Amino acid sequence: MKVHEYQAKQIFSRFGIPTQPGGVASTPEEARAIAERIGKRVVIKAQVHVGGRGKAGGVKFAPSPEEAYRVASEILSMSIKGLPVRKVLVGECLEVRSEYYLGIVIDRRSQKPVVMASAAGGVDIEEVARETPEKIHKLVVDPTRGLMAYQARELAYRIVPDPKLAGRTASVLKQLYDVFVSVDASLAEINPFVTTAAGEMIALDAKLNIDDNALDRRPEIAEMRDPTSESSEEARARGMGLSYVKLDGSIGCIVNGAGLAMATMDMIKYYGGEPANFLDIGGSSSPEKVTTAMDIILSDKNVKAILFNIFGGITRCDDVARGIVDTLKRMDVRVPIVVRLTGTNENLAREILGAVSVRSAATMDDGVKQAISLTRGCI
Amino acid sequence: MGVLVGKQTRVVVQGITGRDGKFHALQMKAYGTKVVAGVTPGKAGAKVDGIPVFNSVREAVEKTGANTSVVYVPSFAAADAVYEAADAGIGVIVCISEGIPTLDMVRLVDYLKQKKVRLIGPNCPGVITPGEAKVGIMPGSMHIPGPVGVVSRSGTLTYEVVYHLTKCGIGQSTCMGIGGDPIIGTNFIDALALFEADKQTKAVVLIGEIGGTDEEDAAAFIKKRVTKPVVAFIAGITAPPGKRMGHAGAIISGGTGTAKEKIEAFEAVGVPVAKTPAEISELVGEGLAKLARRVTKVPKRAMSARKKIAKKKTAKRSAPRKISKKSKTSVKKLDKKSR
Repeated sequence: MKVHEYQAKQIFSRFGIPTQPGGVASTPEEARAIAERIGKRVVIKAQVHVGGRGKAGGVKFAPSPEEAYRVASEILSMSIKGLPVRKVLVGECLEVRSEYYLGIVIDRRSQKPVVMASAAGGVDIEEVARETPEKIHKLVVDPTRGLMAYQARELAYRIVPDPKLAGRTASVLKQLYDVFVSVDASLAEINPFVTTAAGEMIALDAKLNIDDNALDRRPEIAEMRDPTSESSEEARARGMGLSYVKLDGSIGCIVNGAGLAMATMDMIKYYGGEPANFLDIGGSSSPEKVTTAMDIILSDKNVKAILFNIFGGITRCDDVARGIVDTLKRMDVRVPIVVRLTGTNENLAREILGAVSVRSAATMDDGVKQAISLTRGCI
Repeated sequence: MGVLVGKQTRVVVQGITGRDGKFHALQMKAYGTKVVAGVTPGKAGAKVDGIPVFNSVREAVEKTGANTSVVYVPSFAAADAVYEAADAGIGVIVCISEGIPTLDMVRLVDYLKQKKVRLIGPNCPGVITPGEAKVGIMPGSMHIPGPVGVVSRSGTLTYEVVYHLTKCGIGQSTCMGIGGDPIIGTNFIDALALFEADKQTKAVVLIGEIGGTDEEDAAAFIKKRVTKPVVAFIAGITAPPGKRMGHAGAIISGGTGTAKEKIEAFEAVGVPVAKTPAEISELVGEGLAKLARRVTKVPKRAMSARKKIAKKKTAKRSAPRKISKKSKTSVKKLDKKSR
C-alpha cells in the first residue's frame, strides 16, 4: 500500500526526521490559511499516487497567500494520469544548496534490508541506478542488529563532505531505518534530502510504501489508505479476497491462482487476443466470489467474452460452476462465456453447468482460442 | 529418490486441528505419506484420524521421530511455527501459509540460514515426490513417478504443467512449489542444486514469473553448474509494471523483474523457454530424447568424459545448447501455426 507524501512526512516527523513547515489542504481556503501561517513563498504539491506529478503540472510555487489560493484551486481541480487530486501539500519554499538521496528497500537477492545513499539526489533515482550505479552507495543491514550508528555514519561520510552535516545525515538514516521497521515498509525514501542556505537539513519529499501483508498489525497505517487511489472495482475485489488488475483488452479472465492467471493472460495475447484483466479468485473459492468476479468484469464495457480457467485443487470446480449458474440467473449476461474446468469435482461441475448456456473447453489452449474467436465475431 | 521428501519422510502437521490442516493431513496420509504427528497448542492427547496431536513440535519430534514439518497455521502465527519447528530439530519445513509480513520473513530466513534448516515457501503448494510422499496441498493423483524435476513460484500453474507432463507420459522425480512471496526459504538456485545432485532427476522444468531477479540468477547458475537439460516458462509477459499480480512477489518495480529480461536470460544460456504451458512437455520430451540418444550412442565417450575434467566441462556446455537449437525451430513452427 502506498501512503501520500503528507502522510509519510507526518510519520517521518514523529521519528524526528526534519521536514519543512507546512500542512495539507483539501480546499483553496485551507491552502491560503497555511500559506498565511508560513508567511513566505510556498510550494504546492498535488497528493496523488503517480510518479512524475511535477512534469504533469502538479507541483507549483506561490509567492503570496492569494496566489496560494489560486494555484491550489487549479491543482485541486486537476486529474493526473486519470487520478483526481483531492489534497495538496503546502510547504515553505526553501533555498536548496545540495540535494541527496536516502532510501531503504528489501533487497530480494540478499533477502535483507538495503540502505542506499547518494549525492545525486533530486532526480529519478532509477535512472541514476541504471546509468551510473557507482553513484549509489549501498549497505546490506543485518536484520537482527538493525542499522548500526557506525554504519549510518560510514554511508553519510561517503555522500556528505561536511563532517557536521554528515553527522546529521547519519542520524536521519538511523531514523529512516526506525520508520522502515516500525511501519513494516517495503520502501522508505527521501528524495531529495536537502541542505538549505540556512544550514538546515530537511526531507523535502517523502515516499513510503507499506507491506500489504503487515497491514493487519498496523491498523493506524491501514487507515491511511486513500480510497480514490484505486478504482472502485479494485477496491471491491480486494474486499472479497480477489486480486484484480484492469487491463485494456476484450477478454475477461477468471482464474484460480496468480501464476495460472498470468499465464492465461499471456496465452490470450500469444494467440492474438487481448486480455481485459488479471483476476485471481484465490484458493478457497465460494459461489459468491465467482458472482462478484463476474460482476466486476462485466462492469468493464470493453469485455466481449469471459474465459474461466480453473484448475481445481483446493478450489472445487463445482463451487465455481454454482457461482456461474447463480450469476446467470440473477444477471442479464450478454457476453458469451467459455469455461475450462479441470480437477477436483470437475464432473459434478459439468453437470451443474449443463443447465446454462456456456461453452466448455477441454484445455487451456482450447479455452483461450474459443474466447478469442468469440470476441472476433463481435467486432 | 527425488529430493527433499520421500520414503524417509515423517511428517508433523502444524495446525492439524484447523480446517485446512485437518483436510490436508488426511489427504497426505491417503496419498501414502507417513504423517506421524500433529501439533496444535492446547490440544495434546487428541487424535485426528488416528494421528496423535501434541502441544509442541519438540514433543512431537521426541515421541514420533518426525523429521519434516508442514505449516498450515494462520499468517500471524506462521513465522513462529517455523521457528518452533527449526528449534525442535526439524530439517525440512514446508510453509503453506500465506500473508506473512516481509520483515518477519527477512529475520526468519536469516535465522534458518544459520541453523542450516531447509524452508520451502511460504505461500506455496508444497513438495511431492510422486509415489513416495506428498507434503503440501497439490492434487496427488495427477502426478506419476519419473525423471523430471519441477520447481515453480506458482501453485495452480504448476498443476497445469504437471497435468500436461503426465498426459504425455513424462513422470516427475519431485515437484516443488517454492512460493509467490518476495522473501522465500528456497529459491530456484537451491532447487536446481538439489535436482542436479539427484540421481532420479534427468531434466528440470523451471516455472518462473515476473518480479525480482531469481530467474536471472538461476540462468547464471545453470550456465555454471547444471549439466541436466532445463526447460523454463515465465508467466506475466502481459503484466503491467507497478501492479502486484496476485502474488506479493509478482510485481515489476523500477523497471526490473520483467518477463522479457527473464526469458532473455534463459535463452542466453541455452535454456529453451516454452511459449505455453503445454509446450513445456514437448520441450522436455525433446530434451530427454536428446539425452537418451547421447547416452546410448556414445557411452564410451561419456565414460571417458567423466574421467577428464576438461572434457566434462565441454559436455556441460554442449548439453543445453543442443536443446536450444531444437527449441527455436519448434517455437517457429508454433508461430506459424498461430498465424
